[in-house]
Amino acid sequence: MFDNLPLWPTAASSHARYEDWLFIFLTVVSVVMTVLIFAVIAVFAMKYRRRHGREATQIEGSLLLEIGWSIAPLGIMMLMFAGGAVLYFIMRSPPRDSAQVYVVAKQWMWKLQHMEGPREINQLHVPVDRDVELIMTSQDVIHSFYVPAFRVKQDVLPGRYTTLWFRATKPGTYHLFCAQFCGTMHSGMIGEVTVMESKDYQAWMTSAAPSGSLAQTGMTLFQQLGCNTCHLNDVQGRGPVLKGVYGNPVQLGDGRTVTADENYIRESILVPAAKVVSGFRPIMPSWQGQVNEEQLNELIAYIKSLNPPPTGEAVTAGAPGGTTPPPSAK
Amino acid sequence: MATAAVTTEKKNYLNAEYGIRSWLLTTDHKRIALLYLLSITLFFFIGGFFALLIRLELLTPAGDLLTADMYNKAFTMHGQIMVFFFLIPSIPAVLGNFLIPMMIGAKDLAFPRINLLSWYIYVAAGVLYIYCLATGGVDTGWTFYTPYSSMFSNTHVVEAGLAIFIVGFSSILTGLNFVVTVHRMRAPGLTWSRLPLFVWSHYATSIIMLLGTPVIAITLVLVVLERTLNLGIFDPARGGDPVLFQHLFWFYSHPAVYIMILPSMAVMSEIIPCFSRKRVFGYTFVAMSSIAIAAIGFIVWAHHMFVAGISLYSALVFSFLSFLVAVPSAIKVFNWTATMYKGSVSFSTPMLYAMGFIGLFTIGGLTGLFLATLGVDVHVHDTYFVIAHFHYVMVGGAVMGYLGGMHFWWPKISGRMYPEGWGRLAAVVVFIGFNLTFFPQFIVGYLGMPRRYWQYPPEYQVYNVLSTAGASILAVGYLLPMVYLLWSLRYGKIAPDNPWQATGLEWRTASPPPTFNFEETPEVTWEAYEYDKMPLPEEVTLER
Repeated sequence: MFDNLPLWPTAASSHARYEDWLFIFLTVVSVVMTVLIFAVIAVFAMKYRRRHGREATQIEGSLLLEIGWSIAPLGIMMLMFAGGAVLYFIMRSPPRDSAQVYVVAKQWMWKLQHMEGPREINQLHVPVDRDVELIMTSQDVIHSFYVPAFRVKQDVLPGRYTTLWFRATKPGTYHLFCAQFCGTMHSGMIGEVTVMESKDYQAWMTSAAPSGSLAQTGMTLFQQLGCNTCHLNDVQGRGPVLKGVYGNPVQLGDGRTVTADENYIRESILVPAAKVVSGFRPIMPSWQGQVNEEQLNELIAYIKSLNPPPTGEAVTAGAPGGTTPPPSAK
Repeated sequence: MATAAVTTEKKNYLNAEYGIRSWLLTTDHKRIALLYLLSITLFFFIGGFFALLIRLELLTPAGDLLTADMYNKAFTMHGQIMVFFFLIPSIPAVLGNFLIPMMIGAKDLAFPRINLLSWYIYVAAGVLYIYCLATGGVDTGWTFYTPYSSMFSNTHVVEAGLAIFIVGFSSILTGLNFVVTVHRMRAPGLTWSRLPLFVWSHYATSIIMLLGTPVIAITLVLVVLERTLNLGIFDPARGGDPVLFQHLFWFYSHPAVYIMILPSMAVMSEIIPCFSRKRVFGYTFVAMSSIAIAAIGFIVWAHHMFVAGISLYSALVFSFLSFLVAVPSAIKVFNWTATMYKGSVSFSTPMLYAMGFIGLFTIGGLTGLFLATLGVDVHVHDTYFVIAHFHYVMVGGAVMGYLGGMHFWWPKISGRMYPEGWGRLAAVVVFIGFNLTFFPQFIVGYLGMPRRYWQYPPEYQVYNVLSTAGASILAVGYLLPMVYLLWSLRYGKIAPDNPWQATGLEWRTASPPPTFNFEETPEVTWEAYEYDKMPLPEEVTLER
């Protein structure tokens, strides 16, 4: 009926319903306040309009009123703060077992790499009712990954990874926008997110005919670049063993401890001397300019795949042969 | 003893001297205010022209009127001109400059020559910006975000950055002048608790100008150096951080919002008591809320960056602080409304603008709460919701205040009355045009239309058509005062010294005032806003 006059955006993610309720709460409060102020002004303006023979009554002020109309709005605003903070906290805490997709933004397109291998441009296919985490970086300027139907948005920065997660709840095709101004064709940096039923998604995944998982491509690259001459599989080489490193604390030579997340692995490839692991010398050459963003994602996916899978779960990403951890590691 | 001929030729600041030199070398704060008035009006219309281009392009979903690059330049230059060359100097440099010395019973500002210098700096920056515009313009968005501005844009970023760097000094000097003047030049008996709220609010504004503007200056210099010398401060490939720019930029540019709105609040605190014939409700709270806004305004900047990649916990802190800054603004709105209670309210033009201001600023302020709410901001950030919100504050708030103030003090400035009927009509046209332009943008923003889009999906078109229609009504609303205020200079009724029977010191001297404002230094023995001691104004505004 309102085909040409949309009033409310489609809600198609687990965040969307929460966000909509919060928005409705804020709207109700705002409308009540606005109507109240407008009404009071209108009533005062009419009732106390200038007439002959009636003078204004001088009133100094009222401490009680001042305290009242400071505290009461503050109380309501603290509800808003709390509601918004909880949702934000959820949005910033991706569930542990999310499916991961790498996103590389550039002027003016989105490149996506699925863990299973398929790559897409300006298109993202995801299964319904599954947590999906995007690990994003930019090749040039700042972009912003925005899917209105999911109520999610995250700036995509050059030189580091930012993440965003959602659980799509409704199959369909939704707008993907770049929300951060990025140059001439900023408004052309758009695409679609397609949410599919689980079995359709599996069919799509098969037909997308992967040449191999992201981790497998990463392993090939790891060998091509000769990384494996120093980073050996099991025994100490000139570089640290990478098995089981991802997501765990690393002791640095200067006494600090850092968590080996995506940003740390990235930095260690591009600027190896920045944070050297305790007991090693800074002899690794920089790969800045020699591996591109997509290859970095492949290498990171490979290093992640070296981790022993959580107990009781099958290996889904297909850890490359020879690096499969012993089944009874823990 | 004086003959009739001599009385009509009474010397005032306008006819004291003639000739272009007497204007360009003047140190009279009132004449400098008029120089500012002319120059910011010019920039208002240039900025308005770009707004027109934007609205015409967005009439249809396809990018058809302008090229993508032209469109990007249009919204960039609309923003930069309106913020840095119109809104920031508007009320302080014109009305503040004209009125503050008179309101405190002084002959001039503390540093009259520095005041003139500040105008020349403004002009130099304006000329440089127009040069930038004429040679091709700039396309970074008014926010200059790196690394786009520092490494990727092929437009005149250096010229634009330098122009805004320079214009900042004019604002610093104005702020400095106001602070010193308010501290040192008050007339005998004019204690801080007797100061008009206009002065309090400008005092708070000046503090932000003094403390904030140097930061944007440094930031823009860094961008310019990065472009010219390739420093790498914001380049992640060389260990720089593009997000650092955003912190520096918003450290000034958020308080800058208060530079724009506080002076408008200053105007409200004069108009509303005068046309309600009442002392302002809760004087101390209105005065202190200005100071509170200036202070808290400095620690909320990262609420522009909730999706920029800042840490979860700093986002929580900045969200909380952003809610706090809403409290003093709410206090003001409630106090102005309460001022009308049991008053004797007239619907003169300035009062219509004031009532419009309260309404629009309320909407602007309340929608600010949506943006302070973390989970909601994630969705509406960088959409038209934000555009609508800040136009409600900066246009619905700041420009309404400016126009209200111009009408209120026009008799004092020009010595003539403006035509009241036309004044009321224009106020209503502005109010309707404004709401039609910007209200639809809240809806299209919530639907998800991102800002700075040259082309957009067709389902957003209805709202954009409404917005463009509203903008053309708004344009008429802005042109009307231009026309009839100019007309009134020649044909308007001669203004009495105090046409509104207002309490301020500026009304206790001639209209237009003599060069040194007062025949003799006044001695203040009364509180501000003693409207019970003033007679009702003659029916200059109430025809019936």
